[in-house]
Amino acid sequence: MTHAGRALRGRAGEALPALAFLLTVLVVWEVTVRALDVAPYLVPAPSRVWDAFLETRGVLPGHIRTTMTEALAGLFIACASGVGIAGLLAASVPSRRALYPLLVISQNIPMVVLAPLLAVWFGFGIMPKVLIVALIGFFPIVVSTTDGLLRADRDLVELARSLGAGRWQVLRTILIPSAVPAFFAGLQISAAYAVLGAVIGEWVGASSGLGLFIARSQRAFRVDQVFVAVIVIAAVSIALFAAVHLLARLAMPWQHAGRERTERGV
Amino acid sequence: MQETPAIDVRGVSLTYVGPPPVAALTGASLQVERGQFASLVGPSGCGKSTLLRVLAGLARPDEGWADLQGQDAVGVTALAAYMPQRDLLLPWRRALGNAVLGAELAGVPRADAEVQARGLMARFGLEGFERAWPGQLSGGMRQRLALLRTFLAPREVLLLDEPFGALDALTRREMQEWLQEVWRQDGRTVLLVTHDIDEAITLSDTVFVMSGRPGRIVRRVDVDLPRPRAALDSTSVRFSELKAEVLEALTAVR
Ligand SMILES: Nc1ncnc2c1ncn2[C@@H]1O[C@H](COP(=O)(O)OP(=O)(O)OP(=O)(O)O)[C@@H](O)[C@H]1O
Ligand SMILES: [Mg+2]
Repeated sequence: MTHAGRALRGRAGEALPALAFLLTVLVVWEVTVRALDVAPYLVPAPSRVWDAFLETRGVLPGHIRTTMTEALAGLFIACASGVGIAGLLAASVPSRRALYPLLVISQNIPMVVLAPLLAVWFGFGIMPKVLIVALIGFFPIVVSTTDGLLRADRDLVELARSLGAGRWQVLRTILIPSAVPAFFAGLQISAAYAVLGAVIGEWVGASSGLGLFIARSQRAFRVDQVFVAVIVIAAVSIALFAAVHLLARLAMPWQHAGRERTERGV
Repeated sequence: MQETPAIDVRGVSLTYVGPPPVAALTGASLQVERGQFASLVGPSGCGKSTLLRVLAGLARPDEGWADLQGQDAVGVTALAAYMPQRDLLLPWRRALGNAVLGAELAGVPRADAEVQARGLMARFGLEGFERAWPGQLSGGMRQRLALLRTFLAPREVLLLDEPFGALDALTRREMQEWLQEVWRQDGRTVLLVTHDIDEAITLSDTVFVMSGRPGRIVRRVDVDLPRPRAALDSTSVRFSELKAEVLEALTAVR
């Protein structure tokens, strides 16, 4: 059997207990709801959630597209501003002293307060949602990337300098590549919260999106549809997270190569 | 009028500000003529690496001065090609990318540097590993790659800090013979730090012996063995005499 084949079977084997557990939970849930005759606007049975999914299948893709667009645009802004600010913070101690407290404060503005305000300022379009995603997302990227820049191996910096590198060459050949893993660590955290941020923004007021879908379903006491939305949000989040993970792998092929070698060595 | 030496160190003292403060060098002086091969031996922790860092422009002495080819080298980088004691490869560059780093930073076009590096991979025992990541290379290969990177830097003076430290005895001998060949061909000035007295004598025109910390040069031994020197020469009478001289100087400073 090939190495890849063995790894694949190993993966499937690892997932088996989780799947079995999930299935058990669903069966117990279904049986309990039916046996106790729980009202569907309180807790819908899995079968009823499935029916709601089939019913709303037509409108979901449009909402998903909106939410995804907001999440991706917000993440993009978070990356651009996050990396820029990280560069600024890493460049000098005074800038760190001046900006870090402000950044921490910015993270303590409750989203439930900010979201309605942004809706008032920027309307029901995607703009306020993009801003919320960006606001939530840029902090982990800033913190992590700054750390990565500051932790670059001093000996590598010295080596580059001894070979004739100036400030910019040190930045390009040593500091930036050193910070790439840290940047992706931050981006993964941001990506995990991005969809949630967009949904909160939509829930407050929107013309499309999964948050709007939830708000409407709640108003109609369609708890089964709320469950559908929650599952879709989870799936979209996981897809986004996986995409970032893949991107990280592509951007850092050396880390992957190193890991493979140790695995084989064991 | 005498030619200016390629490496000229006079009365260099350096104390690392602690805590605790460590006096690494005190009044170290040495001269290496152009095109000569010199070695620096001394007890561990006596300041050999520190002296090389001074010459590389990375550490500032508190006293004394250091010149490379008649130019003030204190605080000035890029006058020499420096190979640090740790191999310090960039994990995010493949072997070939690491090999060309020195040339690239010196302004050699990347394509030219790569052609040159490819041509030398075989001589450095790295053929077929051009696209390997440093994490996939053995300790010896990493060191040879670091040496290749140093050689490709277009500098007249090479500062090598224990370049063969991680190699087994056999590969080490091979690399020594090979280094001797390369050096004879391209005629650059070399200052090599090593713990291996045989290696120092086999390769060098001059061996400098350092005292224990704080380090200074206590003996200069000129090696008058004919070149090219083969591994077997280390059994000759003259070789033994030179080795005894170095050893005696080393034990005297303990
Ligand atoms: N950056 C530093 N800060 C403080 N002390 C240092 C630093 N670098 C070296 N030292 C100290 O200076 C002394 C000389 O160090 P150096 O590395 O030059 O020795 P060395 O002769 O190269 O030793 P070895 O043969 O073990 O490599 C040592 O005692 C070391 O602890
Ligand atoms: Mg040393």
